[in-house]
This record gives sequence, C-alpha cells and structure tokens, in this order.
Amino acid sequence: MTTLEGVNVQKLRADFPILARTVREGRPLVYLDSGATSQRPRQVLDAERAFLEQHNAAVHRGAHQLAEEATDAYESARARIAAFIGADAGEVVFTKNATEGINLVAYAMGNSSIRTGLGPESERFALGPGDEIVITELEHHANLVPWQELCRRTGATLRWYSITDEGRVDLDSIELTERTKLVAFAHQSNVLGTILPVAELVRRARAVGALVLLDACQSVPHMPVHLGELGVDFAGFSGHKMLGPSGIGVLYGRAELLAAMPPFLTGGSMIELVRMERTTYAPPPQRFEAGVPMTSQVVGLGAAVDYVGDIGMDAIHSHEMALVQQTLNGLASVPGVRVIGPRDLVDRGGAVAFVVDGVHAHDVGQVLDDRGIAVRVGHHCAWPLHRRFGVAATVRASFHVYSTPDEVTALVEGVQAAREFFGVVS
Amino acid sequence: MYQEIILDHYRTPHGAGLREPFDAESFQINPTCGDEITLRVKLDGDKVSDVSYETLGCSISQASASVLTDLVVGRSVEESLRVLAAFQEMAQGRGQVEPDEDVLGDGVAFAGVARYPARVKCALLGWMAFKDAVVRTPQSSGGARTDTRDSEEAQS
Repeated sequence: MTTLEGVNVQKLRADFPILARTVREGRPLVYLDSGATSQRPRQVLDAERAFLEQHNAAVHRGAHQLAEEATDAYESARARIAAFIGADAGEVVFTKNATEGINLVAYAMGNSSIRTGLGPESERFALGPGDEIVITELEHHANLVPWQELCRRTGATLRWYSITDEGRVDLDSIELTERTKLVAFAHQSNVLGTILPVAELVRRARAVGALVLLDACQSVPHMPVHLGELGVDFAGFSGHKMLGPSGIGVLYGRAELLAAMPPFLTGGSMIELVRMERTTYAPPPQRFEAGVPMTSQVVGLGAAVDYVGDIGMDAIHSHEMALVQQTLNGLASVPGVRVIGPRDLVDRGGAVAFVVDGVHAHDVGQVLDDRGIAVRVGHHCAWPLHRRFGVAATVRASFHVYSTPDEVTALVEGVQAAREFFGVVS
Repeated sequence: MYQEIILDHYRTPHGAGLREPFDAESFQINPTCGDEITLRVKLDGDKVSDVSYETLGCSISQASASVLTDLVVGRSVEESLRVLAAFQEMAQGRGQVEPDEDVLGDGVAFAGVARYPARVKCALLGWMAFKDAVVRTPQSSGGARTDTRDSEEAQS
C-alpha cells in the first residue's frame, strides 16, 4: 500500500534519509518511536544548512547585512510557527524544548511569589501556602516535577485528577477550588494516547479563575491544533517531535499574560533599559529569550512546520489513526497482550502502550530491536501513571506521517516472536 | 544476548524470595526503566551465608540476581566483592573484556549484554544491591540492622 488516508507514504519516505538505513546486521529500520523523537526530512536539514551557509549571524543585534538576514529568517519562522498553532507571533517564545517552556512558566510564577520589586501585574501569577496547582496522574515528568518544585518553593499544594481504568481523566475525582491558581495537563498522553477533554478542563479552570497550561508535545506534531480556539493560557511543545530539530521548543502564552509575566532567565536581549542599579524588561516574546537564541534550529522548525503544513495536519492525523487501528487490531490477535489505554479511536492519538504477559517490556523491546524494530520501553517519563496501572514498564509504539502498515505488521509479528522466544505461548 | 544459561536462570531463579534472618537489606531501582530489586544479605562471620531477593524486572536483571546468589553464597565477603568487580568490569566493558569463567561461572553468559549499553544497568542491578547491602551489615558498618524498604518513596 503506497497511500493511506490521502498520504503517499512511500513517496514521502524518500524525504527521510535515515529511513533507508539498516540496523542490527542489515535489517531494514522499522522506526516506531516518533513519540520520543521524530525523524527529519531533507527539507528541514537543507533549510538549516542553507541558513548556516548563507545567512548565519546573531539575531536581534548588529546592523550588518547578515544580522538583518538572520533576524528576518528567525522572525519569519516565528510568524509561520505562530500561524500554524493559531497564535500571534508575539505569543510564541522560543525555548530549548518543551520542558524548558514549562519550567519558564513555573519559575516566572515562583519569581512572582517572592513579591519583591515586581509590579502589581505579576500578582496574578503569585502563589503561597493554601494555593493549589492541579495536574493529572498521567502527566509526563516534565509537566509534574516543575510543579512539585514550585509547590515546594512556595508552600502551595499539588493536587491531581486521577485516571480511570480506561485511561481517561476522572473529572469527578477532585473539585477545583477558589485557591486553584493553575491547571496543567497534557493534550494527549505520551503513553496511553488519550486525548484529554481540553474544553471541559478549561471551562472548570475558568470557573475558579485558574490559569491553564497545556502540554502539547504529543498533539501539535500529529493533529490540527489551534491554541487560540482551545482557550488555554500557556502551551508548550518541542521541535524534535514534529520533524524539526532538537534544541528548539515553543512556549505559547496569551499575549496579555506574557505582557504581565516576569522573566525566568535574565541577561542580554531581554532588557529594555539597564542601569547599574536596576533593569527594565523588553516586551514579550524577547523578555523570555535571554541570550543569543537558537537560530538554525528555529529556521529548521519553520521548515518543519511548512513541511507538515503542506501535507496537512488532518491528513497526518487520519494516517496515524489508521495505523493505530491496525495496531490495536493486530495486538488484540496476540494472546496475552494487554493495551494500556483506550482500545478504540475515540479521543485518541497515535501512541499505543502495551504489556505482554510473562515477558518484561525490556525483553520485548530487545526481541523487536533484534528484528530492526525501534520502540520505546520503560515508563516513558510517566512513572506515576505506570504505578497507577500496576506495571513497571510498558512497550510503546508511536507513529508519524512516514510510518507504514507494513511496519505495524512487523511490530505485531515481533511481539508474537517475543512470546515464543520466552516460552509463554500456551 | 539471550544465552540459554540466562534464560534458564530467568525461568528457574536460584535463591529467589525474601528470607529471614538477614543482616542488611538494600533496595535499588533503575531510574530509566523503573525496575526494582530488594536484596537481603546474611553473613556468618566473614562468610556470605545467604542472599535472598525480590525483583520486579526484565529477564536480564532477574537472571543476574540468580547467578549472583550462586557466585557469592558460601564465599567470604572479600572474595564476593572480587567477583563483583570482575562481573562489573565485564558488564561495562562494551564487549572488549574477556571474562574469566573460573571467577564468574555462569556469569560469563552476561558478556553479550555488554554489547547493549542500555541493558548493562539491568545486569548490574542485583550486584549493586548486594554491594550496598554488604556495606550496610552491622559487621561492616558497626551499626544496627538497616531496613531500606521504608525509604522506598524517598529513593524513587
């Protein structure tokens, strides 16, 4: 099959040089780990190289021609990335990755909580004992540990929605209160594939006046996402999961909030006026981009957004969902395999986690690796979620636009082979 | 990597289960995958008289703990730590270290694991627990019996 849901996969795979290589003694690579990091097409690699060969300079400094060209390339990428997620350019802050973006908000809130020398506009970000931050039990550590740390520093309390046996957020498990200052959650679980009820969680947060932060790492790369329409206050995602470079992430923040929020990292570029005694800050997004920023990475992410935009995010999502359906069907045909998370396509994205009775996830992963199949094994940086389901580790298959039905078939055959190898076939 | 010896130990682990009495206990985790082991050591004078353990882990970590009990029970603490050093050297040797079967017995089967850097920690988990438990014995530390299970949450 060369086309799936309108995507000509075979033609498009030629754009990804790495997909043509072999692994483990000449076996074709079957890459089913795009949820960890995706592969990059030539268009992205070429854009980075062309920038470095023709236009490289430090952006937002200097008045020479290269500095102008580099700044134009950087800001043009920002504008295209912003349009891609339904935001204004001024609402897009470049960070190292999504983890840094989430920490940026956490530290800005921590800085606001110290309440010395900041204006009254920062008061809405301040926290203290009795205040609450609310997350869910399925969060990636990147959307859990920064909030634990913020609570430790401020005396606030961390609470969380629990997760049902089906892998959904149990909206009845806790009530938000007037003391809830922030609700932070994943758009899509990086383990279960569950898509969370963003609109309902936003509505509940609004009802108590809480801010909302969305971890969009597993959604923006795989489906159409319009952050403005979702109505969240902040969102973070990483370039390397969306066919773009590593070392570049985006923090989205509503313009009005970024304008009121104090900085996290300070130094060059983020200033308005500096005297020996004190400094005033630049408007956003520069206020949150201290130091010489990533440049070729930003240009590469701009090219990645162009690339997936040309294919169409609806088409990419449909393509992945066809693969998810095939994976769920295939795994259901193997005895002793249990999918952790939704077993149907309702409110679901392209990550499928499972366990094999009698065979540890590491051992399944090893047998798959020997067959050239790359999957993720372990707790996928969501350890509490694994505890919730009573498993130490799971195997996770995840996809992107270049993944094929043949690769899913290889996965299912490999899982069957792992059962046979470890002698658990009844 | 999956030598028949490893699969045999995995299917029929030696010395598995937690036993009383014991002099010290160690709880170790592999933070990259969440695998766990609780391992107890009983000394008789200078000799390792029993090693008992409970694991939550892959075939490599379970088989490694089984081989460990074969290699250290009945030996002096000093000899056991020499075997441990040899096993560790092999496991971390990237496949370049030729193991000595006289020292490592069934442990030589883990030489193949050294070629898979991601799995080296699995092979070493039980051995690190053993090393830690020995240090915690009253004979070594001069302190009272230590039970680490209570501190699980603090470590993970």
